[in-house]
Amino acid sequence: MAELATVAMHVDSREKSSPHRSRKMNFACKKLFTSASRALLVRKNLKDLPLKTFSTEILQPKAQKETITINFMKNGSKIPAKAKVGDHLLDVVIDNDIDLDGFGACEGTLSCSTCHLIFTDEQFKIIGTKPTDEELDMLDLAYDLVDTSRLGCQVFVTKEMNGWEIEVPAGVSDARDV
Amino acid sequence: MIRLKRMAVGAIRSFSSKITPIPRIAIIGSGPAGFYTAQHLLKSNSKLHVDIYEKLFAPYGLVRYGVAPDHPEVKNVISTFSKTAINDRCRWIGNVEIGRDISIRDMRKAYSALVFSYGCQIDKLLNIPGENLKGVYSAREFVEWYNGLPSASTLNPNLDCEDVVILGQGNVAIDVARMFLSPLDELRKTDISEYALDKISKSRVKRVHLVGRRGPLQAACTIAELRELTKLPNCFGIITHQEVEFLREKIKELPRPKKRMMELMLKIADSSIDNKIDFQKQWSLSFFKSPLEFLPSEENPDQLGKIRFSLNKLKDNIAYPTGETVELSTNLAFRSIGYRGVGIPGLPFDSERGLIPNKNGSVINERGLYCSGWIKRGPTGVIATTMNDGFETAKTILEDINSSRIDITSDQLGFDGLANSLKDIKVKPLNYQDWSKIDMIETQVGTAKGKSREKFVDIQEVFKLLDH
Ligand SMILES: Cc1cc2nc3c(=O)[nH]c(=O)nc-3n(C[C@H](O)[C@H](O)[C@H](O)COP(=O)(O)OP(=O)(O)OC[C@H]3O[C@@H](n4cnc5c(N)ncnc54)[C@H](O)[C@@H]3O)c2cc1C
Ligand code: FES
Repeated sequence: MAELATVAMHVDSREKSSPHRSRKMNFACKKLFTSASRALLVRKNLKDLPLKTFSTEILQPKAQKETITINFMKNGSKIPAKAKVGDHLLDVVIDNDIDLDGFGACEGTLSCSTCHLIFTDEQFKIIGTKPTDEELDMLDLAYDLVDTSRLGCQVFVTKEMNGWEIEVPAGVSDARDV
Repeated sequence: MIRLKRMAVGAIRSFSSKITPIPRIAIIGSGPAGFYTAQHLLKSNSKLHVDIYEKLFAPYGLVRYGVAPDHPEVKNVISTFSKTAINDRCRWIGNVEIGRDISIRDMRKAYSALVFSYGCQIDKLLNIPGENLKGVYSAREFVEWYNGLPSASTLNPNLDCEDVVILGQGNVAIDVARMFLSPLDELRKTDISEYALDKISKSRVKRVHLVGRRGPLQAACTIAELRELTKLPNCFGIITHQEVEFLREKIKELPRPKKRMMELMLKIADSSIDNKIDFQKQWSLSFFKSPLEFLPSEENPDQLGKIRFSLNKLKDNIAYPTGETVELSTNLAFRSIGYRGVGIPGLPFDSERGLIPNKNGSVINERGLYCSGWIKRGPTGVIATTMNDGFETAKTILEDINSSRIDITSDQLGFDGLANSLKDIKVKPLNYQDWSKIDMIETQVGTAKGKSREKFVDIQEVFKLLDH
């Protein structure tokens, strides 16, 4: 147990010097009690890290993001969702508690393809960013892949998407051989 | 008096469970397949209880002991698994091996249904002369070694050479290659086991050759893993032009995923021509070669010295020897030609294919037995594939519950009915709180070393920590 205490102290002293690590550490400790909210924590951390620093957060009240409506189409049914402009489509699914089994398994880190979404040609052209090689690589593992497929964790919500119907494909393909 | 009380409790129990019989389901193996099956079962039936058994002291199967340490993002799936594990109707039972500590027969008595999701635990052999020479390793064991699987922690491979040959071109082969090619400072931050990091950091390996039996179109790796190799700093990749040139004509007809993969291979081949002697390390993908024999080195008859290959040509996707052979000198080789499942006594098993015979996850001709994941489908597919597969099995079980194909009777007590028999054989089961404690300490010890985690490899240490 004494050994454990030293480990904890060690961690403490690092915490003060590095806000990054402190966030990580807090997280590690919280994990035991709040594993249920872990998904959210990790994702938020990832998203927040490059954008905000501690000081700006204090000085500026959070700007209210514009909200639009996006509809996810799964097995023929329409699931409407409130979407904040600037968020990723994966965030929209999670923040609206949309029950899509297994969606976003890698929590938006471009390593699973479970956030696969299918757009219309029209919509595909309007999406602000083009897929990178890495996104296309992951998409190549997705079941039901079409030319207008994208990964929900790589597409930002923009104002033009208000009222869009976006298709959630049925499954994932068997693409890996070991 | 005591006996009377017991009878009374028994009566109440059977009486109350007659009103609301609880479907108790045991899941054997707590990898992705086990957790995804449990997740779907719990979500879709609000009465059902699930006990998940795991032979190791840690859950998550290959996510912990297979997925490469430098792919931490892939392990994010764990947060969904832990949500399932803390569900009131779910119980995780670690350190209990089904088939050894509890028989399938006893399990069947204690549960309405059993789901086998215990993965594929061994790997395929090449079955060629010299496979037992020193220096010939299984990629599976090497992966288990650097990932801290207790039973593999003593492997202690000899990495003291400059050339490594990996037989196979799947993602596991590429994972192994990266261990030799990635910058050490990257590996240092991961949850790679300390002893492995130490050993790898002292290795002299400069060149990694990934050799495939068939051609570029049949290479089993994903494009993401191949691209990752091309982006390693201070390292360049070689593909011989002659082996891929024929693709240029074919490429237009291919479906998008294959097309993009072949474009990448051609690009690598094109840039292989440039002279890049400045780079410290190098890897190569080489095709149409089957290993025929591992040959001993001249200095030591027990030690691998070179590998003889047959040159192949392809017909209908099958490799045939041309009669020509080539030799590659190396003291270190890994076979990486696929995993394999093994049976459990009392369970139907297709030993030819290395999996449990089933239809949509329902074990053929066995009421109440199901399977999920690699042991159901064979050892291919990413976690997302295993997820879909787990959902499919769960759906089959739910249908069988609804159509009363599964017996749900009152005397099925689940783990409560089995715990005593474990005491008799001195097996100490762990629960999820125990695991959470282990998890926290591993993370803390890791953080103190600047790593994401340092895994326990000694179960005795684990028990000391838990004060059992
Ligand atoms: C080296 C390697 C790297 C990989 N990397 C990736 C990757 O980067 N991304 C990706 O998406 N996929 C990856 N995969 C694939 C992925 O790991 C599999 O799709 C998935 O783990 C299969 O899940 P499973 O539950 O069927 O088996 P497993 O994950 O093997 O789980 C089986 C579990 O059952 C337990 N068990 C075994 N026997 C018993 C018993 N008798 N009683 C109780 N418990 C038992 C085992 O200890 C284990 O915990 C990788 C696979 C390998 C081999
Ligand atoms: S959430 Fe995994 S790739 Fe988007």
